[in-house]
Amino acid sequence: MNFETTIGLEVHVEMKTNSKIFSPSPVQFGSEPNANTNVIDWGYPGVLPSTNKGVVENGIRAALALHAEIEPHQHFDRKNYFYPDNPKAYQISQSVSPLGHDGWVEIDVDGEKKKIGIAEMHIEEDAGKNTHSPNGYSYVDLNRQGTPLIEIVSKPDISSPDEAYAYLEALRERIQFTGISDVKMEEGSMRVDVNISIRPVGSDKYGTKTELKNLNSFNYVRKGLLFEEQRQQRVLMSGGEIGQETRRYDETTGQTILMRVKEGSDDYRYFPEPDLPSLEISEDWVKEIGDTMPQMPNNRRDRYVNELGLTEYDAMVLTQTKEMSDFFEATVADGADAKLASNYLQGDVNAYLNDEQVDLAATKLTPANLSGMIKLIDDGTISSKMAKKVFKGIVAGENPAEYVKAHGLVQLSDPAQLQPIIDEILANNEQSVTDFKNGKDRAVGFLVGQIMKQTKGQANPQVVNQLLMKSLQAL
Amino acid sequence: MNFYETDLTQLHDDLVNKKISATELTKATYDNIKAKDDQIEAFLTLNEENALAEAAALDEKGIAADQLVAGIPLGVKDNIVTKDIRTTAASKILDNFKPIYDATVIEKLKAQNFINAGKLNLDEFAMGGSTENSAYQVTHNAWDLTRVPGGSSGGSAASVAAGEVLAALGTDTGGSIRLPASYNGVVGMKPTYGRVSRWGIIAFGSSLDQVGWLTTSVKDNALLTSLISGHDDHDLTSSTRDVPDFGAQLNDDTNVNGLRIAVPKEYLVEGVDEKVKEVIKAALKHYESLGAIVDEVSLPHTQYGVAAYYIISSSEASSNLQRFDGIRYGVRATDVQDLEDVYVKSRSEGFGDEVKRRIMLGTFSLSAGFYDAYFNKASQIRALIRQDFENVFKDHDVVMGPAGPTVAYKIGSNIADPKTMYMNDVLTVPVNMAGLPGMSIPAGLADGMPVGLQIIGKPFDEETMYKAAYTFEQSTDFHKAQPNIGGQN
Repeated sequence: MNFETTIGLEVHVEMKTNSKIFSPSPVQFGSEPNANTNVIDWGYPGVLPSTNKGVVENGIRAALALHAEIEPHQHFDRKNYFYPDNPKAYQISQSVSPLGHDGWVEIDVDGEKKKIGIAEMHIEEDAGKNTHSPNGYSYVDLNRQGTPLIEIVSKPDISSPDEAYAYLEALRERIQFTGISDVKMEEGSMRVDVNISIRPVGSDKYGTKTELKNLNSFNYVRKGLLFEEQRQQRVLMSGGEIGQETRRYDETTGQTILMRVKEGSDDYRYFPEPDLPSLEISEDWVKEIGDTMPQMPNNRRDRYVNELGLTEYDAMVLTQTKEMSDFFEATVADGADAKLASNYLQGDVNAYLNDEQVDLAATKLTPANLSGMIKLIDDGTISSKMAKKVFKGIVAGENPAEYVKAHGLVQLSDPAQLQPIIDEILANNEQSVTDFKNGKDRAVGFLVGQIMKQTKGQANPQVVNQLLMKSLQAL
Repeated sequence: MNFYETDLTQLHDDLVNKKISATELTKATYDNIKAKDDQIEAFLTLNEENALAEAAALDEKGIAADQLVAGIPLGVKDNIVTKDIRTTAASKILDNFKPIYDATVIEKLKAQNFINAGKLNLDEFAMGGSTENSAYQVTHNAWDLTRVPGGSSGGSAASVAAGEVLAALGTDTGGSIRLPASYNGVVGMKPTYGRVSRWGIIAFGSSLDQVGWLTTSVKDNALLTSLISGHDDHDLTSSTRDVPDFGAQLNDDTNVNGLRIAVPKEYLVEGVDEKVKEVIKAALKHYESLGAIVDEVSLPHTQYGVAAYYIISSSEASSNLQRFDGIRYGVRATDVQDLEDVYVKSRSEGFGDEVKRRIMLGTFSLSAGFYDAYFNKASQIRALIRQDFENVFKDHDVVMGPAGPTVAYKIGSNIADPKTMYMNDVLTVPVNMAGLPGMSIPAGLADGMPVGLQIIGKPFDEETMYKAAYTFEQSTDFHKAQPNIGGQN
C-alpha cells in the first residue's frame, strides 16, 4: 500500500522589540531573573495591558513578507490556561480575527518549486519560564513574559519531511529579511510545533496525527518527521492504529518516543479581550509599511545572478542573512567589483566571523572599507597577498588607503623602478641565469623570490614576471 | 461636623480661607467615623495616621485654591488599589495585600492632595447587591440598621449616608453604585464606560466596570466626577474625549425646560414595588411641572438583561480571578502537600461562596460546546439592549425610572436565594451592558426608606444628567433628609 503524508507546522517567532507587547518592560536576554518585569507582567491586581503599536507594525511586516491577507478589523482574545509561568492565567492572543490569513511561501525541493499555504498568522504574548532546581524548588522567571510573538500556522500542503525543512528555511529567511526577529532556533527566537499524519493514497480523509516535541533545529525537524513517517507506515501496514499522541524526538537515537496520549482537545475558553479596544488597520498604514519593506531574499538572488553575474551558489550564500546581503550590496554600491566582494565576504569575512564568534554587525568592518580594499587590489595598488594584511586593518576599523600608506604596503608596479632591481639580482645570480638557459624553469621561481625579498614583498608579481622573462631572454 | 450641612465647595473655601484647617477637618471626619462606624461597619481599613500626617503637612504649606479636594478626607471602595494601604476587595485571599502602586483615580486625587480616609466595605470582588458577600463584615443601612446598604458599593454609600465622610469612591459593574445610592438616599453616578480609567480597579467584569462617586449632593458629585475623568495611557478603553467641568454648569439658571424624558414601561412593571413606583411617578410629575416632557417608551430587551449580564460578567470574572493563586501576592494556604495543593487550598479558603458560584458560572459559559449558547448569545442580547437605548435616545435626552425594584431589604432575607438577589439588578444592568452613564438621586421615601430615581444618559452626556438631577434636587427637599442612626424611622 502506498501512503501520502500530511505535515502541519506551527511556528512561533519572537520579535526583537525594545519593549513588551502589552507592557513597557524591556525585551532583553540574559538579564537577572525577573529584572525585566513590572506589575503588568506579574498579573498584579488592577493592571491593564496596553498594546505596543510597534508589535502590530511588525506583524504587518511579517504578513506582507508571507503574502498574507491582512485583517482590517482585529481584536485580541484571551486564551485561558493555568500554569505557573503564565501569571494572569490567560494569554492575550488572537483567535477569531488573526492579523493575517491565506498567505504562502514558495519552496524548492530538488529543483521542484511548490507553494505552501499559510492558514493564519497572529500576534500574541510569550509566557515566562520555569526552571526546576535539584534542591526541590521550581523557579519562575517572568522576563520572557509578554515578549511579542507571531504564530504562523501552515495549511496542510506539506507532504514530506524535506518540504517541511524547505518551508521552515523559507519562513526563517523571509522573516529574517523583514528585520523583525533574529529567527534563531538555537536562541529560542524561532520555535516549531510539528504534527504529521499519513493516509493511503487517494483517501479523502486525513489520518490521525501525532504531535512531535523537542525538535530543536531544522535538521531534527526533518529527521524526526522522517522517523515518524516510517513508524506510522509500519504501524498501519501491520494492521495497527495510530493514536492521537504527543511524541518526543530523541536526538541520540533519532527516534520518537511516546510522551502522552491526548484525550480530546484542550479547552482554552477563548473570549474577546475586554481590556483592549479593537485594532483598525487602515490600508494607508499597510501601504506605508509596505513601502519600507526590504527586498526579499529570492528577489535579491535573482538580481545578483542576472545583474551582477554571480553564480546561484554565491547568491544563495550571500542571502543567508539580511545583514550579509545588505553588506554585500553596500560594498558593491560603493564601487567594489561584485565577484571580489562576494569572494571576500564568503572567504575572509566569514572566516573572521567564525573565528571571533561574532555577527557582522558587531564588527568594525564597514562596506566602504571593504570596497576601498577591493578597489586597491583592482587598480594594482596592492597585491592580494598584501590584502591579507590590509584585511586585518579594516576589520579593526581602519581605512584601507591609510593603512596601506602607514604600513608601506604600496605595490611596486612601475617597470622603471623594478628594472634596476631585476638587473641587480640577475647580475648577482649568474648560476640561476645559467640554469634557466639550460632549461631549468625552477630558476625563475628562485629569481622572483629574490626580487620579492629585495622589495620586501612590495613588487607586483605580475609585472616582475613579465620584466624578468624579458630580461632573461635578452641575456 | 455634619457633612449634610456643608458641601465640597464650602469646605474647600473654608480650607483655603483657613476657617478650618485640614487637620481639624480630618480629625472631625474620624470623629464621625468613630461615632458611627461601630453600627454602620462601613470601613475595612482606616488610614488615620497617614491622613493626619498628610493633613498637617498640607496645613503647613497651605491649601491651593485650584485644588478642590486638597485637605478633604474622602472614602475609597476597597477594590481600588491604594499604594501601601491594604486593599482586600473584601476577600480573604487579599487579606494581607498592600499594593505597590496607585489606581489612576487615586493618582489624580493625590495630585490634588486629597486625604484618603480609608477603605470601604463591598461585596467580595464587587460581586453582590447587598454587601453581605464581604468576607469581613456586614455593613448596615444608615436609615435602618437591620437592613442592607445595597451593594456592591455598600460601604461607600452607607458611609456617606451616615455622614462619616463627605464623599466616597465606588465602582459599578451592574448597578453597584446606583443600587446602594438608592437604598441609602444619596447621589451615585456611574459615568459612561471609558470616561474614567480602570487602571488599578481590581477587575470584575472588565467590559462593564466603571468608577464613580457617592455623595450627598448632585453638585459635589459633578465636581468630583470631572476630577477623576479623562484618558489614561494605562487604560486603552478610556476615552480621549474632553472632560467638561460638570459642576461649573450647575447654578440658578439650570433648568429642565423642554428636557425630553423617556420612561420605559419595562421599568415600572410587576415586580417593582408599588410604593417605589409611586415615588418615581411623583418624581416624573414633578419634572413635568418643571417644564420637562415625559414620554412612555419601550426597551423591549430589558427582560433578558439580567440573564445576559450574569453570563458576561461571570465569564469575564472567571478569567480575571484566575490570577489569584496565592503565589505572587495575597494569602497562601499553609499546611500543604504540593503546588497543586497550594492552589486548591489558597482558593478554597480565600474565595467566598458567591465568588466561587460566579467563577463556575462563567467558566461553564465559556466552555467548548456551551460558548455559543451562553456567552455568544449573551453578547447578542447585549447588542440588542444597546440598540434599544439608541432608538430611544433618537428623540429623548434622558431615560428615567427606579434604580431598584424595592427599597433596602432586611439583612439576611435574600442571601440564600441568589436568583432573587440577581433580579434586584434588573433596572441597573442594562446601563452597563450598553456602556451608558447612569445615576441615582434621592426621590423620596417609601415606608421610611429612601427610593432612588435612576437617570440614564446618552454616551458621554453626563452633563445633561447632572443638570436634570440638579434641577430636581434644588426644587425638592428629598436630599436633605438625613438618617437617624440607631433610631427606627
